[in-house]
Amino acid sequence: MAQKKFVVGCFDDEATLFPAVKQVRNAGYKIKDVYTPFPVHGLDHALGMRETSIHTAGFIYGITGTTTAISTISWIFTKDWPLNIGGKPHFALPAWIPIIFELTVLFAAVGMVLTFCYLCQLAPGVKKHHFHKRATDDLFVMVIECTDKTNADDLQALLKTNGAVETETQVAEDGWWFGTYDKEDDLYNQKQLA
Amino acid sequence: MASIKEQFEIPGTLKTWAYALIGIGGAALLYGMFTKGFSTDEHEQAHFWGTLMYNTIFWTLVCNAAMFFICFSTMAQAAWMQSFRRIAEAISTLVPVFGTITFAVLMFVVLGHKHHIYHWLDHEAVMKDPILKGKVGFLNPTFFIVWTTLTITLWSYFGYRMRKISSEADVAPMDADTAKAYNIKSMVGAGFFLVWFGLTVASTIPWLWLMSIDAHWYSTMYSWYTFASSFVAGMSLVALWLIYMKNKGYMELSNSEHLHDMGKFMFAFSIFWTYLWFSQYMLIWYANIPEETVYFKHRVQGAYKPIFFLNLIVNFLAPLLILMKRSAKRNFTLMALMAVVILFGHWIDFYQMVMGSLMKEHVSLGWLDFGVLTFFVGVMILMTARALASKPLIAKYHPFLKESIIHHT
Repeated sequence: MAQKKFVVGCFDDEATLFPAVKQVRNAGYKIKDVYTPFPVHGLDHALGMRETSIHTAGFIYGITGTTTAISTISWIFTKDWPLNIGGKPHFALPAWIPIIFELTVLFAAVGMVLTFCYLCQLAPGVKKHHFHKRATDDLFVMVIECTDKTNADDLQALLKTNGAVETETQVAEDGWWFGTYDKEDDLYNQKQLA
Repeated sequence: MASIKEQFEIPGTLKTWAYALIGIGGAALLYGMFTKGFSTDEHEQAHFWGTLMYNTIFWTLVCNAAMFFICFSTMAQAAWMQSFRRIAEAISTLVPVFGTITFAVLMFVVLGHKHHIYHWLDHEAVMKDPILKGKVGFLNPTFFIVWTTLTITLWSYFGYRMRKISSEADVAPMDADTAKAYNIKSMVGAGFFLVWFGLTVASTIPWLWLMSIDAHWYSTMYSWYTFASSFVAGMSLVALWLIYMKNKGYMELSNSEHLHDMGKFMFAFSIFWTYLWFSQYMLIWYANIPEETVYFKHRVQGAYKPIFFLNLIVNFLAPLLILMKRSAKRNFTLMALMAVVILFGHWIDFYQMVMGSLMKEHVSLGWLDFGVLTFFVGVMILMTARALASKPLIAKYHPFLKESIIHHT
């Protein structure tokens, strides 16, 4: 957990956001993230983010589920406790398919949800800094992390010329913490929302 | 839109190929007709007419699936397929053609009293048989003929109406009110087709045409199964034509985004087909009642075992594993390959549905089957290309076209 310096630019329209993202990236800055009130189609692509690997993870979880189901059921019904059910063979694959399918889906679904939460650092009680309160309301909030070489004023000016309605420099917690928000950071105590 | 190629000119090579396929296939068909079709041996007759039946029914249902695609998309007000809807429309123009051939074949079988194909045609045997006697209200020549005629006529007619409504989008730009009225009109047109489709393909027609070959046996899954089979093959056919047209430099407004969605249809409905296949098989296997297992006995344990498992590999495992990745669905070569594989796989599926019941002892897959297939492929290529050439390739004033151009997944 470390305090870092960020430049924050707020936009009120998708149409200005996209060219701004392009300009800021062309100027050589690395955008940490853009916080939006709703999912914006194509923004991940514009930000140059790599494709998510969660589907590969999902496939692996699914295969794990399939293997678990097949090995467990076949061990139970052929080795551990063979039963004669309606004269069917002990290795009765068609009867197992629904359970194999269910376990595949269960493993893939639960595994992907947990992986997603881990990658996004989401969990009950986990808190992260809000760069702008209105990111959950109507503003598109672009955050750029400052390095030693970054001139925050230049960057703010660049954001302004590209249509940002509000810019500021913040020193804020970069990662997550467990516990509560400080009073001035707590969304529910904000005057704007009261 | 000046740079868009709206007019399809049939390439000479395509025509040559189509005529060659029709020639080779037609020769096989005629040879088969004289050596087997008009033979006095019931086995040979069943072989020939069965082969003709599953080929015509397969291709009619596949081409009808293209119109089904247009109609359900219209009903859902989907826009993404507008940029290549003319391909699906062109394929659907084959419904009257293949429908007529199907009708002729079925009439020959029914009126010619081929009771070794449809056992229920033998009136004396039916009256002595309590099971068939119970089905006589449905399985009788009069109902078969009336319902088949109605079905093929209305498929053709409602399809024709949809294509006509589609052509209205070629004429002039629409203002908001005209576009709204046009949208409603298309949806009503689609509604007629969809209702009739539900009453035929999704229920009665597979029972009548295919399931009644095993007159004693029945499965409530059968019609959905047949529908899934023909639909996924139809989607593959549309995708295949889309790839061909893109290769020839047409369909500039369609790109890998549209192909991706076709790929999703092929992938999803391959799994849907497997789901129905399994639901039908597993319940019968589980209950293990002789009058039900009779359908699977020679398919799983007899001569049809290789075909039976090939069916599952080609129609389930191959699409599942190959089309799962996003990049595969956006890859034109891989999609073309998989479209051919799926079409072939479901042709094999129809083969085992019909011939598996007619010739239980041995698998006769050979020159006659591939010859008749060649003939139908040739006719399909030629007629679809002609239908494509007869109309602009883009419904350029369609209210949803813009949404289709900017479509991305």
